[in-house]
Amino acid sequence: MNQKSRKRFWYWLLLMPCVAVVCVPMFNKLEPAWHGIPFFYWYQLLWIPLSAVVIGVVYIATRERSPGNAR
Amino acid sequence: MSVVAVSVFIFFFGLVTVLGFIAAHWRKADLNSLHEWGLAGRSFGTVITWFLIGGDLYTAYTFIAVPALVFGAGAMGFFAVPYTILVWPFAFIVMPRLWAVAHRRGYVTAADFVRGRHGSPLLALAVAVTGILATMPYIALQLVGIQVVVAALGFPTAGFWGELPLIISFAILAAYTYTSGLRAPALIAIVKDILIYVTVIAAIVVIPAKLGGYGAIFSHVSTEKLLLKAPDSGSLNGFSAYLMLAIGSALALLLYPHSLTAILSSSGGNTLRRNMVLLPAYSLVLGLIALLGYMALAAGVDKLPQFAGYFGEYKQNFAVPALFLTMFPDWFVGLSFAAIAIGALVPAAIMSIAAANLFTRNIYCEFVKPDCTPAEETQMAKWVSLIVKVGAVAFAIGLPQQFAINLQLLGGVLIIQTLPAVIIGLYTTWFDHRGLLVGWFMGIVGGTAMMAAQQFKSPTYLLHLGAITIPGYAALYALLLNLVVAAVVTLFCRAAGLRRANDETTAGDYADVMRT
Repeated sequence: MNQKSRKRFWYWLLLMPCVAVVCVPMFNKLEPAWHGIPFFYWYQLLWIPLSAVVIGVVYIATRERSPGNAR
Repeated sequence: MSVVAVSVFIFFFGLVTVLGFIAAHWRKADLNSLHEWGLAGRSFGTVITWFLIGGDLYTAYTFIAVPALVFGAGAMGFFAVPYTILVWPFAFIVMPRLWAVAHRRGYVTAADFVRGRHGSPLLALAVAVTGILATMPYIALQLVGIQVVVAALGFPTAGFWGELPLIISFAILAAYTYTSGLRAPALIAIVKDILIYVTVIAAIVVIPAKLGGYGAIFSHVSTEKLLLKAPDSGSLNGFSAYLMLAIGSALALLLYPHSLTAILSSSGGNTLRRNMVLLPAYSLVLGLIALLGYMALAAGVDKLPQFAGYFGEYKQNFAVPALFLTMFPDWFVGLSFAAIAIGALVPAAIMSIAAANLFTRNIYCEFVKPDCTPAEETQMAKWVSLIVKVGAVAFAIGLPQQFAINLQLLGGVLIIQTLPAVIIGLYTTWFDHRGLLVGWFMGIVGGTAMMAAQQFKSPTYLLHLGAITIPGYAALYALLLNLVVAAVVTLFCRAAGLRRANDETTAGDYADVMRT
C-alpha cells in the first residue's frame, strides 16, 4: 500500500459520526437517561465532541504541508 | 423597561459599531479590489476563520428559531444537532478543494467556479440568481432576531418608533460594511461569539438550577414530544422527516453564498481543515440552545401574563427572550440580548457582501458591462451591498414576518439545487452543462411545487409510494429529481454528439497541499 492510499483509508473514519447520527431508530428512546436527560438528547449531543475528535484524528493523520500555510 | 438592561445592550451595540469602522484599517490593504473588500484578501488564519464561520453560520435567527421549534414541536426541532454533526466531516473533504481552485483561478463566488468549470455563463447565472434569491429572505430574517429582542427590552413594537431601532441598526451596519467590507463582520464576530458563549454557559448552569435540574425540566415535557413519532404500517412518520431534514440541511448549508464567502476568505486548505475540527464547538452551543426550548416549556413562560402580548405577536420565537427575562438579572438580560442582536449583524453583513459579489461578478460584469475594471467592480459591489440591506429592511417592515420565514424555508430548497454544478462539479465534469441547467430548473420547479403543496409553511413533503407515506425534506426530493434529469439530459447530449463546453480548470488546480 503506498502512502497516498494509506491516507485515503483515514478519510473513511469521517463516516463514523455520520453513521452514528443517521441511525434514528437506534437512539429514538428515553432510556438510559443521564442525569434526567433522555437518551435521544444526550446521545446526539455526545456525538458533537466525538465528531470533533474523529475529524481531529483524520486531520493529524492526513496532514500535509500546503503552500503559504505551513504552520 | 429596565434601564440597566437597555444600557448594557446599547454599550455592546456601540462597541461593535466602533469596531466595524476600525476594521477598515485592520490588516490594511487596498479596499478597492473585490478580493480585499469581499474576501479580505483570502488571508484569515485559523482563529479568525473560526470566529467568522461560526459567527456567520450560527445566526441570530438560528438561536431564536431552533429553541422555538423545540418549544413548539419537541424532538423534531432537535434535527439541528445531527445536521451540524454531518456538515463538518462533509466540509472537511469538500471545502479545501473548492478553496484551492478558487485561489488558483481567482474565483470569488460559487458561480465564478461554475462559469470556469462548466464553461457556461448561463449555468453560472442560474447559480448566481439562486444564491441571491436564497439569501435575501435570510437577511430579512436576521432583522426578525433584532425585532424580537428589541421588543423584549420593552421598546414599542409598532409604528415608526417601533421600526426605528431596526432602521438605525441596519443603517450603521450598511455604513461599516460599505467602508470595511468583510473585515467588519470578521472583527465583530469575535465580540458576538464571546457574548454567545458566555450567555449559553450561564443559561445551562443558572436556568436548570432554578428549575430543579434537568430531570425536572424533561419531566414537564410529554413523551410524544420528547421522541420522534415511530413508523407505522402507513407511514415512516418522524423518522424519515428527521433524517432527511438533517442531511438536506447539511448539504445546503455550505452552498449558501455567505458560507462560501467565509470559507474562501480563509488562508488555505489546512486552515479550513483545522476549523472543521474546531467548529463543532458551535454545534455544541446550538445543541444546548435547543434545550432552552424545553427550559422555556418547563418554566411555562408562554403562560405568564406579562408575555401574552409578545407571544401573540412573535409566537414561539419569543420563548427564549421570555426565558432570559424570567431567569436572568437585568444586566445579564442586556448582555444576552446584545449577543442575539449582534449575532444578527454578522451574518447580515456577510450575506449582503456575498449577494453583492454574486450580482457584480456573475450578472453585471458578465452580461451588462463585460469590460468593467476591478475598481468599478468593487464600487458596484459596495453599492449593491447597500441596496440589498435597504431591500431587507423594506422586506422586514413591509411584509408579515411569516412571509420571510416561509421564504427562507423555500431558500433552502432552492440553494441545494446548485449542488450538482458546484459540489459534484468539484470532482467530475461527467454532467453536461445543459444537463445541469435543465436539472437545476426542474429541481427549482419541483421543489417550489412541493413547498406550495404545504402552503410554504413546512419544508416537509409527504411522498406517497404505494401504500406507504414517506415524509421528507422537499429540498432532498427536489435534488433527487434534479440529478435524475441532469443525468438523462447528459446522456441525451452525448448520444446527440453535442459539443462539450470548455473546462478552464486543470487537475492540479484542485490540490491545496504540496505533493512530492
